[in-house]
Amino acid sequence: MNSALLMNIARFILLLLIQIAIFNKMDFLGYINPYPYILFILLYPVNGNKYGLLFASFLLGIIMDMFCNSGGVHATAAISLAALRPTFFKFSFGVSYEYQTIKINDKLTPERFSFIAISVVSHHFVLFLLEAFKWSFLLQVLLRTLFSTLFTIIICIILIYLFKPSRR
Amino acid sequence: MQQIFNFIFRNSYRLLFLLLLGISLSLTIQAHSFHKSKVISSANFLTGGVYSQLNSIDEYFSLQSRNEELAGENARLKMLLFNKVDSVDVNKMDSIPGLKKIDVIVSKVIHNNYNSPENYLTLNTGANQGVQVDMGVINDLGVVGIIEKTSPKYATVQSILNIKSSINAKFKKSSHFGSLVWNAKNTGFAQLRDVPRLASTVRKGDTIVTGAYSGIFPENINIGTVHKIYIDDKTNYYTIDVKLFNDMTNLGHVYIIKNRERKEILQLENETKVDE
Repeated sequence: MNSALLMNIARFILLLLIQIAIFNKMDFLGYINPYPYILFILLYPVNGNKYGLLFASFLLGIIMDMFCNSGGVHATAAISLAALRPTFFKFSFGVSYEYQTIKINDKLTPERFSFIAISVVSHHFVLFLLEAFKWSFLLQVLLRTLFSTLFTIIICIILIYLFKPSRR
Repeated sequence: MQQIFNFIFRNSYRLLFLLLLGISLSLTIQAHSFHKSKVISSANFLTGGVYSQLNSIDEYFSLQSRNEELAGENARLKMLLFNKVDSVDVNKMDSIPGLKKIDVIVSKVIHNNYNSPENYLTLNTGANQGVQVDMGVINDLGVVGIIEKTSPKYATVQSILNIKSSINAKFKKSSHFGSLVWNAKNTGFAQLRDVPRLASTVRKGDTIVTGAYSGIFPENINIGTVHKIYIDDKTNYYTIDVKLFNDMTNLGHVYIIKNRERKEILQLENETKVDE
C-alpha cells in the first residue's frame, strides 16, 4: 500500500461523496449539473496501472448510476473517458507525454486546460447522448453538453486549486 | 491454443475495456427499454443509507419551506373545520362548493409591535392575496387581531393589544358575552368588559372564546382564560381580566379569516338601523 494508491482511494471516495451530496443537487436552471467526479480519472497518475484505471472508472460510474438511477450511463461514459485518456494526453502534451512528469493538479497552463476541456467535453457528450438515447434529442444533448461542460470545467479548476495550491 | 492465449494476453487491456463497455452499455440499454426494472438502482442499502443521511442534513435547509407547507395545510384544515356542515343548521348553502362561508388565508407576521398602547402587526400578504380590511387574524393558539389596512402585498393588523380594539367575546360554557378590550398595561392580559351580572357562574380558569355576533371571527376561537373578576363601579357590569393563550410578543404564521357573508350581514344591519 503506497501513498499514491491511498491518495487515489481517498480521491475516489471524496469525489463521489461531494458529487452525490452537493453537485447532483444543484440543478442550475432546472437541469444543468456539473460532474466533477471525473476528476478522479483525470488526476489518475499518468504512468499508473491502466487496468486499475479502467476498472476504477467502471466502479465509479456504476456507483454514480446507482445514485442517479440512470442504468449504465455514467459507467459507459467513465470507461470511455478512461480509455480515451492516453489519446487526450497525446493531443494536449505532445507525443512523448509518457516520458515527461506531467501533473494535472498544478498551475493551470494551456496544455492542462486543453486536456481538462477535451476530456470533460467527450465525457459529457457520451453521458448525455446515452442518457437521452435518441437522435431526435441531439440538439438538447449538445446544449446540455455545452452548459454542463462549462460548469464542470469551472468546478474542476476550483477543486484543483482548492486541494493543490500552486507552490513556489 | 498457444496463439489464442497470446492474443488474449496481448490485447488484454482492449478486451477488458470491451467487456466493461459491454456490461455498462447493456445496463444502459436495459434501463432505457420499457417494462423492465433496472438492475442498478438506488434502492439498496448503500445508496439508501447515504441518501437518508444526506436527507437528514438537507431537511435543515428546507425547514422554512416545510413550515410554510404545514401552515398552508393547517389553513386548509381550518377552512374545513369552520365550514363543516352543521347538522342543526338548515341553511344548505354551506355545503355547495364555491359558496363556502369562510376562507382562510395563510400569512406571516413580518413585523410585530407590542410596546405602545396602539399596537399593529405587519403581515406579508395583502390585497393581491385577497386580504381586505376588517378580516380577522388568528393563529393556532387564538385571536391575534383584525386587519386594519391593506396594500397590494402587505397588510397591517390592529392587534388585540390595541386600546382601540374591541372584539365580541363570550364564555365557552354559557354564551354570556362582552367585548374584549385592552388596558395597555400587560401584554399577557386583555379585559372582557360589559359582562352582565347574570353571568354569575363565572369561575377563574373559564375559557373565553370569540362570540357569534362579530362577523369578523368565526364562533368559538380561543382567546384566553378568566384570570380575575371584578365589578365595574360605574356600570355595575363585570370586568374580567383574561389571560391570553397567545404570546403576543412571539408570533409567526397567522391565518386570516375571510367571512364572505360579512358584507351581507353589515348591509342588512345598516338597513335595519336606517328603517328605525
